[in-house]
Amino acid sequence: MRKKIVATTSLAGCFGCHMSILDIDLRLVDLIELVEFNRSPITDIKKISKRCDIGLIEGGICNDENYHVLKEFRENCEVLVSVGECAIMGGLPALRNNIPIRECFEEAYRNVPTSKSGGGIIPNDDELPIILDRVYPCHELVKIDYFLPGCPPRADLIWETLLALVTSGAELPYELVKYD
Amino acid sequence: MPGQVTFTIDGKECKAQEGQTIVEAARANGIYVPTLCYSKYVENPVGACRSCTVKINGNNGAACINRVQEGMNIQVYTRQLEDMRKAIIEALFVEGNHFCPACEKSGDCELQAAAYRYRIMAPRFPYRFPSRHIDFSPKHLVLEHSRCILCQRCVRKIRTEDGKKVFAYHHRGAKGTVEIDPEIARTMPEELAREAADICPVGCINFKGKGFDRPIGTRKYDKEP
Amino acid sequence: MAKVAGDDAVKAETASILAGYPADRSELINILWELQDRFHHIPKAAIPLAAQKMGISQVDVMETITFYHFFTTAHTGEYTVYLNNSITSRMAGFQKIRDAFEKEAGCSFGETDKDGRIGLFETSCIGMCDQEPSALINGMPFGSLTPFSVERLVKGMREGKSVLELMGVGQDLSSDPHKLARFIAPPNIRRKGPVLLGVGYNMGESIRSALKHKPGEIIDLIKNSNLRGMGGAGFPTALKWQFCASAKGDEKYIVCNADEGEPGTFKDRVLLTEWPARVFEGMAAAAYAVGARQGYLYLRAEYRYLTPHLQRTLDELRKENLLGNSILGKSGFDFDISIRLGAGAYVCGEESALLESLEGKRGEPRNRPPFPVVVGFRGKPTVVNNVETFSLVAQIIKYGGTWFNTLGTAKSVGTKILSVSGDCGRPGVYEVEWGRKVEDLLKMFDAGNAKALQIGGPSGKTISARETARKVCFEDLATGGSMIVFGQERSMPDVAQNFIDFFAEESCGACVPCRAGNPILSDLLKTIREGRGLPEHIDQMVEWANMIKASSRCGLGQSSPNSILTSIEKFKDEYMDRIKKERGALIYDFDIKAAMKESCEVTGRTPSSH
Repeated sequence: MRKKIVATTSLAGCFGCHMSILDIDLRLVDLIELVEFNRSPITDIKKISKRCDIGLIEGGICNDENYHVLKEFRENCEVLVSVGECAIMGGLPALRNNIPIRECFEEAYRNVPTSKSGGGIIPNDDELPIILDRVYPCHELVKIDYFLPGCPPRADLIWETLLALVTSGAELPYELVKYD
Repeated sequence: MPGQVTFTIDGKECKAQEGQTIVEAARANGIYVPTLCYSKYVENPVGACRSCTVKINGNNGAACINRVQEGMNIQVYTRQLEDMRKAIIEALFVEGNHFCPACEKSGDCELQAAAYRYRIMAPRFPYRFPSRHIDFSPKHLVLEHSRCILCQRCVRKIRTEDGKKVFAYHHRGAKGTVEIDPEIARTMPEELAREAADICPVGCINFKGKGFDRPIGTRKYDKEP
Repeated sequence: MAKVAGDDAVKAETASILAGYPADRSELINILWELQDRFHHIPKAAIPLAAQKMGISQVDVMETITFYHFFTTAHTGEYTVYLNNSITSRMAGFQKIRDAFEKEAGCSFGETDKDGRIGLFETSCIGMCDQEPSALINGMPFGSLTPFSVERLVKGMREGKSVLELMGVGQDLSSDPHKLARFIAPPNIRRKGPVLLGVGYNMGESIRSALKHKPGEIIDLIKNSNLRGMGGAGFPTALKWQFCASAKGDEKYIVCNADEGEPGTFKDRVLLTEWPARVFEGMAAAAYAVGARQGYLYLRAEYRYLTPHLQRTLDELRKENLLGNSILGKSGFDFDISIRLGAGAYVCGEESALLESLEGKRGEPRNRPPFPVVVGFRGKPTVVNNVETFSLVAQIIKYGGTWFNTLGTAKSVGTKILSVSGDCGRPGVYEVEWGRKVEDLLKMFDAGNAKALQIGGPSGKTISARETARKVCFEDLATGGSMIVFGQERSMPDVAQNFIDFFAEESCGACVPCRAGNPILSDLLKTIREGRGLPEHIDQMVEWANMIKASSRCGLGQSSPNSILTSIEKFKDEYMDRIKKERGALIYDFDIKAAMKESCEVTGRTPSSH
């Protein structure tokens, strides 16, 4: 059997979901037998280099770079999975979604206690990604095939799901699917 | 037996007291009808959430407000009804701002439990991210309106000693909110405030100084809905 | 800044207003109207006093205030303009009028000008669809607005003219409420029929005829006429009365539903302007039949300007002893009628919501059963019928049920008054026999260029003008009377958007499918109209619309998606035309530039740099 090729990325997330992937512990060894990782923080490959079978997306879309990466994944992965609350509904970054963006910037860079009083600037270097008006759930911008809720999703859930995707379908137990 | 009626739920013959609502009668016969706005501790069921919608002699109706009658034919678990209930719960998730990881009620939340029951992975509707306020002003309570599902349990149940409403429904449509009386909020006894927090199915009405008091795995809906 | 009364002054005036009312919650809406009129908003300082008077909490008073569109907690200007944003207004040039108001008044819609003199707001249909674009200014309807007339109106407001002066009403008119009402909103009767619009009426004839019968015989008479309620649902009137008559109760009530809020209808406006006494006689006949002593006319706020005319009619009826104690000498037949106002809420046209509103509460429909005929106003058996039904009752009692029965079709007897508006040469009211074909009607309305017809308003059906053989009657196209004609050049998805937005705004918010579902439908339709939709979005709309229909708590939610469903069914091409992508597209349309705009403005960057 050909090894399935897996790509993963963290967009507007905290890498907690990736930690949870690592949290499958020794089963990682089994996983390596079943899959080959392509672009991923785990391999440190920065660009998808060949067609992938499974893409795991952590985090929502909060800036233009996130959006381009999401599109790259959608274009190159057969199956795309939203991993974690942020990918599914924006998560904690989306707490800003009903606050005007100017207020967010002012609060984060100017009025924050650690900034020099009245002195801080709002970062505007061209190298920085441009923040979007709100944080978007991935499935509102591209087609997402599966969702793994949780903050982070339980390691067992990730394991069961990967196993199911790589081999055949399996019923996910109640205890695994949680939103927090 | 006098006052007893016979009816069927999904083809199973059931008996219950005349005058009981379908929800009560079904539960008395060991059949669970999913509910959210209904609570056995709150009188005057209102039929607000519609998640208990069943087919009553072929017509849709909320099981919490319709009463059993002799010979009634009730359907609870059809594919169409179950999908409708799921959609209603999904609609509630996108209508408010339900950041489960950041909510004190997570794990004990009835909305969450309903979503777990239906294995909702992501809602079919787009998120709306409404702008809703947080009310810190009450003496004993914090109201997190982002999480309110407008079930009106508090509106119906919580009254002052002289029978005045403590909570009321303000505005209408998508702008609807449940607000607390500013005067009573300052003076209400702790017991009444606790009752309000307990009756709230979600994390909207919170008792000040309480939260995240049990670890994950030991909360109400961690193991089963 | 406008002269805003200080808290003490507000309290003093509120106290004097409250002193004129009993401590009865059902008076709350009348009280709030007085406050709104006096202060152009409901001042915060007035709320504890009103709460104390009613013996309820402040939050409870606010529950009523915030429910109704015309009650505000922010100042709405000494001249409050409510411009109708319903589809008929939009077709007649709403946007131009809106722009003209903003330009002349120097403020945007949703706010007042800087000196608090003029406030600009939008509202849904005000019952002037035959004279669009139209607006209410301090409760008075101004029809057929043009940018020029807007300029003149705003100038007049700056000069401090009264609303009647703005309208150009002279002394001769203002002394005669009937003539004045006709001047304010011309009746526009286009077709007189054999039952209501084309028949002479003499005050008292119906009550005199009624008193020749026993109460039970009146119900039989109505039963023999096969009269059905004219609100749209078509419930047999006699049956309703029968239930109420046999319900136990020491008191019973008759309520006339004059809350015709369905966009596109304005026939009750005409019936109340031209023959108000006939409506009241119909109510009196109902009172006689079921044994009620008190009646209420629940008048929609948009028709408030009719109040003086209606009050004078009631006075005349009382003078003739057609209302009051021992009517026409019949001992034991005591009946009187009061006018109660709505305050801007479409859902209050639903009879149980209307009763809640009449009790001074928010107009949230009740769960049924029990039905109002058993548990109605103040928990007592109550008959609720609309203006047209009571008008018909008066005629049937006068001319007999058999006469009425010969008109119309088997299941829809008599005639129906249609309110006709939109793209046609002859907008106005038409009395036609039930069962007329769409083909005849379109000719009658001078609607040769029609593409579609909205039957029964937004909650009704969209049909194609090609469905010429269909008939207006309960057997085929049931309607409460609203008929909106859409010409070939109109976009049906745009029409559907206006309708669904109306329901999203008017939903009482009690149940989830209607409250959360209609905004979802609105968003999705917007996505499609803006060219960002996928073919499957149309299927989703249909699926979700059907769910809202199937699970909503009251008629509003159950009928709110009707126009989207029928519009998609009849004009799917127009929806598909807006869709550019293939079914199953993996990357959806997303305007990243628009999403970056705001943050680029704040940081001074250009979106093109990425």
